[in-house]
Amino acid sequence: MKTNTHFAFFDEGSKKEIRRAILKAVAIPGYQVPFASREMPIARGWGTGGLQITLSIIGKQDVLKVIDQGADESVNAVSIKKLVQATTGVKLTERTQESSIIQSRHRIPEVALTEGQILVLQVPMPEPLRPYEAKEYQTKILHSEEDYSGAWLMLFEQIMKYGQTATGADHPVYVNNRYVMAPSPIPRFDNPKMHQSEALILLGAGREKKIYAVPPYTDVASLAFDDYPFAVESFEGKHCHLCGATNVFMDELIDHSTGETIYQCNDTSYCMERLNANVEAEVEENHV
Amino acid sequence: MGYVAVKGGTNAIEASIERLKYDRIKDEEILEVNTILATMKAMIDHVMSESSLYSPLLAALAIKQAEGSMEEAVFLMRAHRSTLPRLYYSQTVESESMLVERRISASFKDIPGGQLLGATRDYTHRLLDFELIDEDQNHNEQWLRDYKDKLAEIKALDGVQYFPKVVDYLREEGLFKRHEMDNEKPDDITKQSLHFPASRSARLQVLTRGQTGAVTSLGYASLRGYGQVHPTVGEVRVGDLPIYVAHPNEMEQNEENEFYIGEIKVTEVESFVPVTVKNEQNESELEFEIGYGICYGQNETKAIAMSILDQCLEHPEAEFPTHDEEFVLLHIDSVEATGFISHLKLPHYVTFQSKLDSVRQVKKGGFKDEN
Repeated sequence: MKTNTHFAFFDEGSKKEIRRAILKAVAIPGYQVPFASREMPIARGWGTGGLQITLSIIGKQDVLKVIDQGADESVNAVSIKKLVQATTGVKLTERTQESSIIQSRHRIPEVALTEGQILVLQVPMPEPLRPYEAKEYQTKILHSEEDYSGAWLMLFEQIMKYGQTATGADHPVYVNNRYVMAPSPIPRFDNPKMHQSEALILLGAGREKKIYAVPPYTDVASLAFDDYPFAVESFEGKHCHLCGATNVFMDELIDHSTGETIYQCNDTSYCMERLNANVEAEVEENHV
Repeated sequence: MGYVAVKGGTNAIEASIERLKYDRIKDEEILEVNTILATMKAMIDHVMSESSLYSPLLAALAIKQAEGSMEEAVFLMRAHRSTLPRLYYSQTVESESMLVERRISASFKDIPGGQLLGATRDYTHRLLDFELIDEDQNHNEQWLRDYKDKLAEIKALDGVQYFPKVVDYLREEGLFKRHEMDNEKPDDITKQSLHFPASRSARLQVLTRGQTGAVTSLGYASLRGYGQVHPTVGEVRVGDLPIYVAHPNEMEQNEENEFYIGEIKVTEVESFVPVTVKNEQNESELEFEIGYGICYGQNETKAIAMSILDQCLEHPEAEFPTHDEEFVLLHIDSVEATGFISHLKLPHYVTFQSKLDSVRQVKKGGFKDEN
């Protein structure tokens, strides 16, 4: 009993249903649209929300890039890529510039995205208010009444306790001056990239059954107080030990031979590209 | 260089999948799907119920592929389920039409139609049967012949016997409220995501596909103290229900035009729960309500626990987590719970780096403004 799977895994009816939720999400920036999330061949919590978006919008002409925590070769990114490619046959790439759809877990690439590209972010917890209100029924009311005092209080409490805000990744943002939104656990470093992004950003939470979006050229502001401004992770004075890049999000590593802490671009394809460019430049120099 | 954990992913995955296959077949034994179908009925029932896909054959295949891991087998079935087009809804089933294999009541000794113990492990002694290590086909065949001879001596009834519901009998006495027929179309939680407050139809759907262990343990928690439902099992019945679908085109719908598409085995439970109600004179009175549980296959523990939780969720006013529909319904799904727990194995380098930065900043500059 052998059966073939449909193009992009889903039947067309399912894709249409998901696309309808996406359209609504685009129409109401930052609003979490509930959708009938399907069970996928990869586990809940492993990118099923992002995957459902990708599969429902992908066409034969698309070029797909998948990254997990900045890396194209991370095991789960590979696994997702394999699944999409096996069911669609689309072209895969690691180059951000070449891709039309980028599915990512917890990073926005360093190379600025451009018009026509779609960034699909995988979301574990779509509800920015969940840390202080467990009930979905209540958070829905809070959003509809634009009652975000709890979100502000969370930051205020951190300032009272620690002298500054102490959020990690997933620092909440105000979208289009209306909805407070979880940007997914991207580092604070990536939050500003959402503001007036040229590319469409779609966020999918499979387990929590929500889709939301930041359409191109939308205002996105990280929650902060005037006297305690929003701050991204600091890599001051640090540079990538491979390509020498500064002002990018970096992984902290230990050089096993010297025991020293070294830094390396988290965005692996960005780093690779810079390394290749350096090599090319060297070659050219030596062969003039 | 220390950054191998998230690199070389393609090779690592391929090697890992090969290793998995090697581990499955290295002992050179092949388990036939038919063997699972014939001998692992309880497991098949659990898998079908938790995946909400009724297909013993596919469940057996999933069990084989998952090497017996329940969560994995359910996961496989659910993933397969989402590739299937959903063409019809079946007609409403009256569970009085069940071909009953087993039916007991803990409330009354003498229920109309009588008690029918059927096949149950309830009264077996749980001693390991070492003879099963060397089970012998000839011996089994002999046993089957003897059993059939014994059956032949029993005089069978003419015609099929259907059993009335125990609750009907109590309703006649006025101990249970008579409710209006509610013919509202049920929600379909697989087509529309759950919203709160949830309808009862949505709640029952989530409960019946809940993980057996999770449903059981929340039902138990409620019974033991973290809940206000103390039921008596009015009726447990196990048997086959015929399923019909309406003619897709025929304008005039009647039972004659319906198609029989097969039968499903289910366990159905009605629990009787005493509740205090106000009568017309505003005096407190005791009355019974029903907690309802049903699931694919024979899985009585789950169905009973479900009936407790159904009744709990009908009374959200009680201050217990087992009466809180978001707490119960959002945490009992096998695929969701196991998926999210296991996702913690994925790298969290970026998120951790971000948190690390926060902690360092706090350590460096905390309270510098005030002091």
